[in-house]
Amino acid sequence: MKVWLTCREATRLISEGLDRDLGAVERAALRVHVALCDACTRFTAQLAFLRRAVREYPGPDDEPKR
Amino acid sequence: MPQPPRAGIDPLDLEQHRPQLIKFAMLQLRNATLAEDAVQETLLAAIQSAASFAGQSSVKTWLVGILKHKIVDAIRRRAREQPLELTDDDTSLEELGAVFKEDGHFLDPPTEWGNPEAALAERRFFTVLERCMEGLPKNTARVFMLREVMGLETGEICKELSITPSNCWVLLYRARLALRACLEQRWFGVGARA
Repeated sequence: MKVWLTCREATRLISEGLDRDLGAVERAALRVHVALCDACTRFTAQLAFLRRAVREYPGPDDEPKR
Repeated sequence: MPQPPRAGIDPLDLEQHRPQLIKFAMLQLRNATLAEDAVQETLLAAIQSAASFAGQSSVKTWLVGILKHKIVDAIRRRAREQPLELTDDDTSLEELGAVFKEDGHFLDPPTEWGNPEAALAERRFFTVLERCMEGLPKNTARVFMLREVMGLETGEICKELSITPSNCWVLLYRARLALRACLEQRWFGVGARA
């Protein structure tokens, strides 16, 4: 794993981090990239939100029927 | 002492949830017959266990909980009869050319979503999410739903569907890229709801 990740590489690790434990080197490289990259900071938060939204799917109840 | 369970649920009350349950099942099974069977089994199970419905959640949440188990059962049965056949299209990362430039930067960097949690209270948001999930390719959708809607670990998914962990991670990555972009375009983006 190289030290400087591209956004393409970083987003893949962000996603995989939701499915497996990343290695220490992967985590370190990702931390460096995200600290310097607004796009990947947003991406991280948005994937966390996506997970939460899908877990709540199908969402609130419909309007009560009258 | 907890309150005694609310006795008896009118089967007609259950029936009104059928269309939404079918939609939920279709998203993951992508097969009308299997979806209808899973919903039918769910409603029958619900009628049989209506007495145990404690009224702590809404009837819909309770039904969806039962349906999830029925869907996982259906996926397991089908995986045995008809294993998931991944094509190169499913696992290649070629098409990411539409998301990233050659140098690995975003073509269109993610925009600011403000306070996305507010969307979770809106029924319309979940309709948009549903449309976005319907737009995923079949195999991608299957893996994503098992992981995120059903909450299975990737190890279990690999076993159920006989795919490798790395294929599983690629499919999940692609699903998330697609759904993130879809939500941005249809809900969070500037002018998405204009």
